[in-house]
Amino acid sequence: MSSSVDTIRGLAEQDYKWGFITDIAEDRVPKGLNEDIVRLISARKGEPEFMLEWRLNALRHWFTMKREEGEPKWANLTIAPIDYQNISYYSAPKKKPQLDNLDQVDPEILRTYEKLGIPLLEQQRLAGVAVDAVFDSVSVATTFKGKLAEMGVIFCSFSEAVQKHPELIKKYLGSVVPQTDNFYAALNAAVFTDGSFVYVPKGVRCPMELSTYFRINAAETGQFERTLIIADEGSYVSYLEGCTAPIRDENQLHAAVVELIALDNAQIKYSTVQNWYPGDKEGRGGIYNFVTKRGKCLGVNSKISWTQVETGSAITWKYPSCILQGDNSVGEFYSVALTNNRQQADTGTKMIHIGKNTRSTIVSKGISAGYGQNTYRGQVKILKSATGARNYTQCDSLLIGDRCGAHTFPYIEVRNATARMEHEASTSKIGENQLFYLRQRGLTAEDAVSMIVNGFCKTVFKELPMEFAVEAQKLLGVSLEGSVG
Amino acid sequence: MALLEIQDLHASVDGHEILKGVNLTVNAGEVHSIMGPNGSGKSTLAAVLARRETYEVTGGRVLLDGKDLLEMKPEDAAREGVFLAFQYPVEIPGIGNAYFLRSALNAIRKHRGEDELDAMDFLPVYKEHMKLLEMDDKLMNRSVNEGFSGGEKKRNEILQMAVLQPKLAILDETDSGLDIDALRIVAQGVNAMRSPDRSFLVITHYQRLLDYIATDFVHVLVDGKIVRSGGPELALELEDKGYGSAEADAQAALSA
Repeated sequence: MSSSVDTIRGLAEQDYKWGFITDIAEDRVPKGLNEDIVRLISARKGEPEFMLEWRLNALRHWFTMKREEGEPKWANLTIAPIDYQNISYYSAPKKKPQLDNLDQVDPEILRTYEKLGIPLLEQQRLAGVAVDAVFDSVSVATTFKGKLAEMGVIFCSFSEAVQKHPELIKKYLGSVVPQTDNFYAALNAAVFTDGSFVYVPKGVRCPMELSTYFRINAAETGQFERTLIIADEGSYVSYLEGCTAPIRDENQLHAAVVELIALDNAQIKYSTVQNWYPGDKEGRGGIYNFVTKRGKCLGVNSKISWTQVETGSAITWKYPSCILQGDNSVGEFYSVALTNNRQQADTGTKMIHIGKNTRSTIVSKGISAGYGQNTYRGQVKILKSATGARNYTQCDSLLIGDRCGAHTFPYIEVRNATARMEHEASTSKIGENQLFYLRQRGLTAEDAVSMIVNGFCKTVFKELPMEFAVEAQKLLGVSLEGSVG
Repeated sequence: MALLEIQDLHASVDGHEILKGVNLTVNAGEVHSIMGPNGSGKSTLAAVLARRETYEVTGGRVLLDGKDLLEMKPEDAAREGVFLAFQYPVEIPGIGNAYFLRSALNAIRKHRGEDELDAMDFLPVYKEHMKLLEMDDKLMNRSVNEGFSGGEKKRNEILQMAVLQPKLAILDETDSGLDIDALRIVAQGVNAMRSPDRSFLVITHYQRLLDYIATDFVHVLVDGKIVRSGGPELALELEDKGYGSAEADAQAALSA
């Protein structure tokens, strides 16, 4: 028995393989958070007055929250105090490249992507995936714009959308996640630097998966992304978000906000593979990932589907949610969250049923290894108006070794007697008999663990677009051991 | 030449000595049966040969093709050609049966310096073996052993053995829980694999399986030691007289 425990321990102690630092001159504002900093960020980005006002309102609200309650404390997480005045809130690569020409992108940046296995040039050739690459805070390369523009699809950086489509920004920004929503969302609203913007016009089925690779690079630079996706009536879009980050000694705060809006008969599929630097074996360093993601099914028969594979970050605080407002609208949440070494994750979803015959599905797979602590937290709320609402929740935990933890906090609130709710939960351990069986057939212990974990996550991986599913399996492999066959 | 040489093998589980000095030589191409009462150490012997780490070897030597088997990890032993058909095959949820077996086959092929097989090359081989074992095609994409009947699980073990083509196949009570038809199919699968360079170690509690698999030698394991060895006729004798007689004979032999 002892040697199979050793094997698992060996796997759990696998190093982060994608840690490296790119040497690039940076343009950053001084550390600290106040109205002048927010004005400076807004001015650097050349924003219209309404954006500055919006940011300042958020900042004032954040200061109130900070004074009165501080950070949210209900999550099952241990977080070292964060000094918000010791963070630089804006950084951009100094050489500002042309967005329409890859040749003008800093070759150092391109090499970084290549190390991560996502060469832009190759992706462009492969086609089918448009990439809006965010390096630190400013978009450095955007591809396939022409093809998308033909169909009227807008896919650009948030900054560009503020300049070119202020009417859409004014109408929808903060309509799902208000500036005052929560501590981290308010912080993001005040200081966010960039992100992605997508608008899919009426009746258009977006011809390719839209993809953004994020990457934190500057030491001590908080990264505050803001993404807004609007699917107009009868449209469809699939959006992929993926990221890796280099090794850093100090914790890096990452507080993103993502808002999705689906109008009548529209569908949005949002997939994430998250692999921020998780910290070392003792839990030093690593990203704090405090994200607010929410979608609103505003129109009838609309559908929003979240799929996430969370393998990175020292701390993950993340609840991609759906507000099911339109009648017959559908919300889905498929999640794999892996915590290894000293990683902590408190993640789940909220499904708020408002419209009639609204349906939601939640499938959560938590994997804990090392000293990892993995918490599922989910809320399903059926309002009085939501006649005929249905929810199905399945949440499973897998433990590897005996020093990790899995926790489940489902909250269910039903105010309409016609609602139908199903909840299934399980906790299991990788058994010595499973490992021995696979090894007896010739697989190494690493491959055996990887195979068992991948099998456990299958129902979620199935929801990912094909090329992302392959990447997700790889990430899971890297996070736990060597590679997956 | 000897494919497997077991010399004075001692092994413990949780500090209890189960094998107390087993000696056995199996030549290439031979079928040996190990019989014995419950708790005599038959499954322990199988597990030790497959290098299960919960079993501690406390003494003795085992050579596989001249190599020290006891130095090997389970996957090394498997790659060197040891296959164990499990008494209780394990379920692996979410992993397709065919995908799993191809991964295993490729791990072994890689070890031998052979090219890995892609799905296109693998599936015809796989399907052919499934047909011989009268297995339903549907099982191909089902998760490994999940929701399989007892008989389907045992046939799946033989299917894996047929695809992996081991040098030494150990069948641990493969007959337990099988009806006569399933037993016949499993035995056919084994018989079809007999060859001059493959050996079998058939572990069974009952003589029944040996009606279908022609064995060259029968050994009786009692309390962690082989107390009698003989030809196929020994199995029939045990069927008549029970293990008690073998034990008594052994005692008599010892005290004589």
